[in-house]
Amino acid sequence: MIQKLPAKKMVVTGDYAAAYGALLCDVDVVAAYPITPQTLIVEEFSNFVNDGITDAEFIMVESEHSAMSACIAAQAAGARTYTATASQGLALMHEMLFIASALRLPIVMPVVNRTVAAPIGIWCEHNDSMPQRDTGWIQMACEDNQEVLDMIIMAYKIGERKDVLLPVMPCLDAFILSHTVEPVDAPSSDEVADFIGKYEPHAMLDPDNPMAIGTFTPPEYIQELRYQNHVAMENAKKAIKEVTKEFADEFGRDYHGLIEEYKCDDAEVVLITVGTVTGTAREVVDKLRQQGKKVGLIKLRFYRPFPREELRSIAENVEAIGVYDRAISYGSGGPLFIETRNALYGMDVPVLNFLAGLGGRDVVTGDVEKMYEILMKAKDSKPDKEIYWIGTRGVSI
Amino acid sequence: MNIKDLPEESLFTPGHTACAGCPAPAIVRNMMKIFGKDTIVYTPANCLLVFSGTYPYLAWRVPYLHEAFENTAACISGVARAYRKKGKKTLVVGIAGDGGTYDIGIQALSGAAERNEDVIYVCYDNEAYMNTGIQRSGATPYGAATTTTPAGRKIAGKLEHKKDMAEIMRAHEVPYVATLSISHPKDFLEKVEKAKETEGFRYLHVLSPCPTGWRFDPAKSIEIARKAVDSGMWTLYEAEYGEITNIYKPKKKIPVEEYIKGQGRFRHFTPEMIAELQKWVDRKWKRLYGELPES
Repeated sequence: MIQKLPAKKMVVTGDYAAAYGALLCDVDVVAAYPITPQTLIVEEFSNFVNDGITDAEFIMVESEHSAMSACIAAQAAGARTYTATASQGLALMHEMLFIASALRLPIVMPVVNRTVAAPIGIWCEHNDSMPQRDTGWIQMACEDNQEVLDMIIMAYKIGERKDVLLPVMPCLDAFILSHTVEPVDAPSSDEVADFIGKYEPHAMLDPDNPMAIGTFTPPEYIQELRYQNHVAMENAKKAIKEVTKEFADEFGRDYHGLIEEYKCDDAEVVLITVGTVTGTAREVVDKLRQQGKKVGLIKLRFYRPFPREELRSIAENVEAIGVYDRAISYGSGGPLFIETRNALYGMDVPVLNFLAGLGGRDVVTGDVEKMYEILMKAKDSKPDKEIYWIGTRGVSI
Repeated sequence: MNIKDLPEESLFTPGHTACAGCPAPAIVRNMMKIFGKDTIVYTPANCLLVFSGTYPYLAWRVPYLHEAFENTAACISGVARAYRKKGKKTLVVGIAGDGGTYDIGIQALSGAAERNEDVIYVCYDNEAYMNTGIQRSGATPYGAATTTTPAGRKIAGKLEHKKDMAEIMRAHEVPYVATLSISHPKDFLEKVEKAKETEGFRYLHVLSPCPTGWRFDPAKSIEIARKAVDSGMWTLYEAEYGEITNIYKPKKKIPVEEYIKGQGRFRHFTPEMIAELQKWVDRKWKRLYGELPES
């Protein structure tokens, strides 16, 4: 870092918040490739570099595959690294995502959730990040631009913990956040430096202490490595809860760990949401509560690790659960729905899936009201199906 | 540096599992003697990755990284930038095969060359995907039989000529491009030394005759490399910022027929195929050396 940055209130896009977060975290190496709607992130970071605000190395690579390859290599050489991508770019990186997590390199990469072709589109859908489920990355979704900034900071602190050492992928919805300005409180660079500390690599490429990283390894050793990655991801649950608590103590904004409950205490039905739809759903919950309906909302922040225990504990006291998905696993259901039902295995509560907003279609309050209406019915009588395509032409509910 | 002045200590140790007669260990061992201890090495998926050590064994005595196949130049860029950020001077070297260079790795290679990353990229070229079992690559010469260009009844060997990778790299106008051969050790060492002294993107391309894939007597690797140079199948030169600064011209140009003799991959060659390969060599020769010698 060259310039110290004071705490300030900004009115910025989600992409700006993502870039500013990396600046505050004093990243050493950035390797990135532009893709709509992530472009503002690389543009803003280029401004920080060219205006001399940071002395980070910015490698403007020729593809996302190279972006992740270079980040892994730089992180393996002891640097704190950062990149950002979306959609096709993330798909192109897929191969390298496994390598980042298996080498236990806590890279942070915001993903601006955008639909994956075909047909080509640039608007919000979660079918880019959710198929990365098994790559070993911590994956979470942000609700607003403030959370984007805060999550970049928390991502380094969570990922770099010695009991975790995993890369982190904070997701933000295309355009709804990436290109929309909102007020954002930014802490000072000194406060962030104190909060996340210095990156101390657990292993690195150093001629004074030579070691090999990622070499050819026979079956005698790999299974234990797989187990360790699984343990690290389980450890991340505790780390996330602790870091969100520390963050709340330090900066006054509490994200409550892996999920955030909204009016769930006496709720008969709850809807699980992800990303920006959460804001819309809060409004609907308030309206329905005024009508005396006992509805609640769970904002699912983390997809990996999945908040199994938290959801089971809520499910004990409700009569129906709805899961909102902005992605679909063809022939099965929405990824969060599949995951939730798996987490609630053995519990006697109906779980329904609401698919809406695919391809970036707006999800409005009426859509969410429809979801709650279906849930209220499900509480009283067994529903005849599990998956509901909300607002889909030619498909009746 | 003279051969006798090379340091005794080897940073690439014996005990690796390369095939008998494989020149790659000699290429790497001698390069590393010049590069020295303060070097970080990356290899993509290739024979070298596999034969230089299966965990927990390792022939490398320098920091060593592997990520994937198609990204050598991106990975060495990342390491080099991390070290530049630290303000530490360390040589960063990527050593890829021809498949990882000509084919799947060319995009990352071109990008890193264009950015003039401060790294050395080495291509050891054995003219096919040897590690996966001798499949054709963009480096495989015309007519050569590989497992994906077999000498069949209808189609015999590879139909296309070898891609001129060093020329592609020269067109990037990087600080240093050199082609090397194990048959010319003094020239080899001088070029490696020159690469070490140069800053910015450096590309070294060395021919690595493969006894297993080319099907020749493992005792003859050096001899075959020499014939490759003498026939014009492999040319030795240096280029700085796109300009050729030094060319090695063989004293006597031998016919390609003499080069392909003793290599099983060319056993099915007809006179017409020999003529086609000779035409390619002659075109290349003229481009680099000017007129063909009188026959």
